[in-house]
Amino acid sequence: MRSSTSDTKKGSYPFSAKKGYDPFFAAALVVVALGAGVSAAVKINGAGATFPYPIYSKWFSEYNKLHPDVEINYQSIGSGGGIRQIQAQTVFFGATDGPMTPDQLQASPSKILHFPTVLGAVVPVYNIPHVRAELKFSGSLLADIFLGKVTKWNDPAIAKLNPGVSLPGSDITVVHRSDGSGTTYIWVDYLSKTSPEFLKKVGVNTSVNWPTGVGGRGNEGVSALVTQTPGALGYVELIYALQNKISYGTVQNMAGEFVKASVESVTAAASAAARQMPADFRVSITNAPGNGVYPVSSFTWLLLYENPKDKAMSKAMIDFMKWALTDGQKYCGDLGYAPLPADVVKLELAALGRVKTS
Amino acid sequence: MQRKDFGFRVGTGAFALVLLLIVAAIGVELTRQSLPSIQKFGFSFWRTQTWDPVAGDFGALPFIWGTLYSSVLALLIAAPIALGIAVFIAELCPAALRQPLVFLTELLAAIPSIVYGLWGIFVLVPAVRAVETSMPASLRSLPLFSGPPLGLGMLAAALILAVMIVPFTSSVSREVLKSVPAAQREAAYALGATRFEAIRAALYYARTGIVGAVMLGFGRALGETMAVTMVIGNNPRISTSLFAPQYTMAAVIANEFTEAADNLYLSALVEIGLVLFVVTLIVNSLSRLLIWSMSARTAPAAEAATPPAEEAA
Repeated sequence: MRSSTSDTKKGSYPFSAKKGYDPFFAAALVVVALGAGVSAAVKINGAGATFPYPIYSKWFSEYNKLHPDVEINYQSIGSGGGIRQIQAQTVFFGATDGPMTPDQLQASPSKILHFPTVLGAVVPVYNIPHVRAELKFSGSLLADIFLGKVTKWNDPAIAKLNPGVSLPGSDITVVHRSDGSGTTYIWVDYLSKTSPEFLKKVGVNTSVNWPTGVGGRGNEGVSALVTQTPGALGYVELIYALQNKISYGTVQNMAGEFVKASVESVTAAASAAARQMPADFRVSITNAPGNGVYPVSSFTWLLLYENPKDKAMSKAMIDFMKWALTDGQKYCGDLGYAPLPADVVKLELAALGRVKTS
Repeated sequence: MQRKDFGFRVGTGAFALVLLLIVAAIGVELTRQSLPSIQKFGFSFWRTQTWDPVAGDFGALPFIWGTLYSSVLALLIAAPIALGIAVFIAELCPAALRQPLVFLTELLAAIPSIVYGLWGIFVLVPAVRAVETSMPASLRSLPLFSGPPLGLGMLAAALILAVMIVPFTSSVSREVLKSVPAAQREAAYALGATRFEAIRAALYYARTGIVGAVMLGFGRALGETMAVTMVIGNNPRISTSLFAPQYTMAAVIANEFTEAADNLYLSALVEIGLVLFVVTLIVNSLSRLLIWSMSARTAPAAEAATPPAEEAA
């Protein structure tokens, strides 16, 4: 927006030298006038994760209605892209589903802070013909399936957790994401915490070297493959399982309970983690301790420089963040996110004071 | 007047130079961006099979294999079909049908690849799965058909690529056939050739152009990204099986580029782009060589018009 305004201004000079009425000149004038009207406002650009994009765009448009002078643009180019763009300072803020690594923080021009904004959950989805029951999974079982060690639905390891369910002897078709994704990050982070073998053989990243299975592109790709393929087991964000009405199982948490993903059980995971929240908020809450906790949950983070160059933008952004962390949280439910627990919000509101606005 | 001609020549020459510069700039920039990966892996990048972003270990062979395998398969399926369409439209088709058919092939070429991909996922893949599951066990034991019948995989990718390149190959072949001088056909008929033989003569006359048309389709298949990644299964493992999920170079770049935050990882992805660039260059050069050798070898024979028709006579 900014650059287009100045371009139009430059472009209008040759026209203004002409005599008489010129429609192009008039049009250019109108554009310049419009541009000038908005240019008093603060425009902030950000880029990053695709996972929180629906709620971020909702927030930015709602906030713009309340504060017409603040316009925030967000490009959902992926977490990796978001980190690169904020490091290069081409955007004012970044967003990521996996916290930045110490190496990445080291490589940044100045100190970057992490702020959790909302919570998401990843669920195991499956399609077994003639099985209506809600299946139970443990982390180590899911790890063995995604390692290719458990290959049949009637494997004793699955039957043991699901007594009374008659499971077919068909092959399990593992479906994972083919594109780099925060969803994958959360999923393998959980599997690596519950299975040392998975940590050793696969590890944690937004893309990993899968020992087995087929890759679907995006949550929608994985959903489509799972619904079409008899015997498929995949993982998607909770909202996609709900929207596409795919069966998804419960997952065993650290306390031994089998918990179904829901707004409450995901927020519970964050509350459990809040007690030992590190000062920089870079914390994984998969496999969190406590009762009623859904174990495959995660924060998604917004990234800000501690001492941004443009203090006007910084002030507007902090005001926005205060709104998003409090009033903004009410938009979570409709969009399939879990809101932050109150104690985390309190910690963050205090931490926002570290960002310099003058 | 002469000055004007000179200016015209320099002007158009400059445009041609821009093309060269763009290609060179792409090559240089790809190499520059992939330097960390080139320095770390050297030539082994081309022949190792691991793609592990967590460990930072990268090899391009499964992607090179998947790209070439899917494109060659697509070509084998598409070339005869495209040629059949071209011959029918150019030589045999009733005049009333010609324009609608031309329009339809061009419509196929205009469909965005994401739409092909969605069609692939929801229509083609289940159909392929049905074919795969109904295949007798004796055939399934062959390496070509081994592995679980997922529907997703090399076969689905090759089929969707074939559908996508048919319009290109058939349109260009049709134009090439149309440009065959009428004297060629008239001469064949004069010698008593049947219609089939006359068409064969025309095809023979147009062979370099037709090879060019086929290679154009091949080039398109090499670089196709979105439709392929949606149906190929995206599994970087080399397999000769048509049923196995595999991966292509363009697909891995599209899938992983946005989330690659680590420098070496990013540079390995750019190097995949460089490899694709080089492979495409090699394939195009080979097809050029093929066309040159064909036209050089048989240039005098072309004057003798139609050897096959002579035989028939």
